[in-house]
Amino acid sequence: MNRFDYVRADSVDAAIRAAAGDPAARYIAGGTNLVDLMKYGVERPSLLVDITQLPLRGIEETSDGGLRLGALAGNSEVAFDARVRERYPLLSSAILAGASQQLRNAATTGGNLLQRTRCYYFYDVATPCNKREPGSGCSAIGGRTRIHAILGASDACIATHPSDMCVALAALDATVRVAGRDGERAIPFGEFHRLPGDAPERDNNLEQGEIILSVDLPPDRFGPHHTYIKLRDRLSYAFALVSVAAALRLENGAIAEARLALGGVAHRPWRKPDVEASLTGEKPGRAAFERAAAELLAGARGQGDNDFKIDLARRAIIRALGQAAAGKPQSQSHKRLEP
Amino acid sequence: MRASSTDLPATIEISLSVNGRRHRLSVRPWDTLLDVLRDTLDLTGTKKGCDQGQCGACTVLVDGARINSCLALAVMKDGAEVTTVEGLAKDGELHPIQRAFITHDAFQCGYCTPGQICSAVALIAEGHAGTREEIREMMSGNLCRCGAYANIIDAIEQVMGEQAKGGARGASRPDERTAR
Ligand SMILES: Cc1cc2nc3c(=O)[nH]c(=O)nc-3n(C[C@H](O)[C@H](O)[C@H](O)COP(=O)(O)OP(=O)(O)OC[C@H]3O[C@@H](n4cnc5c(N)ncnc54)[C@H](O)[C@@H]3O)c2cc1C
Ligand code: SF4
Ligand code: FES
Ligand code: FES
Repeated sequence: MNRFDYVRADSVDAAIRAAAGDPAARYIAGGTNLVDLMKYGVERPSLLVDITQLPLRGIEETSDGGLRLGALAGNSEVAFDARVRERYPLLSSAILAGASQQLRNAATTGGNLLQRTRCYYFYDVATPCNKREPGSGCSAIGGRTRIHAILGASDACIATHPSDMCVALAALDATVRVAGRDGERAIPFGEFHRLPGDAPERDNNLEQGEIILSVDLPPDRFGPHHTYIKLRDRLSYAFALVSVAAALRLENGAIAEARLALGGVAHRPWRKPDVEASLTGEKPGRAAFERAAAELLAGARGQGDNDFKIDLARRAIIRALGQAAAGKPQSQSHKRLEP
Repeated sequence: MRASSTDLPATIEISLSVNGRRHRLSVRPWDTLLDVLRDTLDLTGTKKGCDQGQCGACTVLVDGARINSCLALAVMKDGAEVTTVEGLAKDGELHPIQRAFITHDAFQCGYCTPGQICSAVALIAEGHAGTREEIREMMSGNLCRCGAYANIIDAIEQVMGEQAKGGARGASRPDERTAR
């Protein structure tokens, strides 16, 4: 690890002041991603601003009937919170599909959103990588691409966002509340992460020095009609090759509202509101699900090693929508896929 | 509080309670909890496997919750209560999980074992695992290169069964209770 300064912030304002002036400063929460990247020399912060003493821990009801997850609420804490399990079981399930209990105990809500790609070349400082070193080139294109993107990639970067929790948050239409030198703002989840374009060094739309305060969930509306399916190279403790978060609201046997988000396939959770809109009014069934899968995956392109993801994603979407319609969410411990 | 690299070696005073004993320590901001436990406090029971959060050999309990000590900066744990594998036995008597690991032959080389044992103690206290599949899933953060998994799960199942019957001694010592 490089040498760095350390400061323990005692207020949100103090944290922002400490970090805002210095582009090489980093906030640190659970440390499970940042410390790892520092050991590889991928992150070389000048200053760590420890935010773990800030009052951003709670999980609270919001006035509109939703739930506010403090940026420092732990991944385990959120996954096992009684209100989350009852009202947002999709979120609980997605969190429990990720990492390990030890990591989830340390990891925080804000840190999970800002975890960086697991692209092998991003981690290997001996190879060119536009995300790590803008302008140096992308080693993944033409290289090993098993874990890389099939949607929304650019000539500059084909990395994926690795989070499971974020796929559920995208499907649930969460809002990210942040604060910076110019005050607070709220970012809809779909606008939080970016596609790589020609600036892959930017994972998201946070400005330098901005801090996440909370992630806010709107009132629940899907009851038992949801699922999170995660497909990976091991049954547990591995990142998704493809994952699907699906949620449906059914009225009189027809789909009244649909949510569908993919993980492991793009630089951000992949969601298309028009595909969801086209499901409304449909009878849940194979025909509608196949069409939704085709539309959500329109334009998908493999990079070689990851060509299999296109068909894997198609099948996973169909199965996920079937599970959601039946109200039979995938178990994250009993690994057999529900039909 | 701020430690600055302009006056290296920057050290920061922290207080850490480890296995019930309080320590005042001078740490550098980049010292991990794992290195402080092993190198400063000479508690070498906790192992370093990958040093990257991928194997679980470094699992310890911090304020009751199991975490990977290799990804925790010691300076950020100021004031915390840490339990390592050395702190599980009480008055010369092994923790029920330790006894069950011996009974079930739940290790071969032993390198992953301290992490497995700390993880198992926390798993039981957390109370989220009931079935064998759930135990496996909640133990997935602890890899065993010797492949002792089946026996590890047997050991945990046995202790969980005993505690469900209210039989196990020392089952609810305060350091095993966890907030999560
Ligand atoms: C072996 C391993 C396996 C894993 N498997 C999975 C998996 O399967 N699925 C999955 O989803 N994740 C997985 N993870 C990743 C894990 O979920 C993340 O590391 C974790 O969520 C990051 O949270 P943290 O609090 O530790 O973040 P930190 O490491 O503290 O921070 C990460 C980044 O977020 C910034 N940050 C943190 N909090 C804030 C805030 N409030 N405001 C602004 N910036 C902030 C930091 O500056 C840093 O850049 C795995 C990690 C490891 C090591
Ligand atoms: S895919 Fe992105 S992160 Fe990976 S090497 Fe290319 S530029 Fe870097
Ligand atoms: S040494 Fe910490 S997880 Fe491997
Ligand atoms: S007993 Fe050898 S690694 Fe587990």
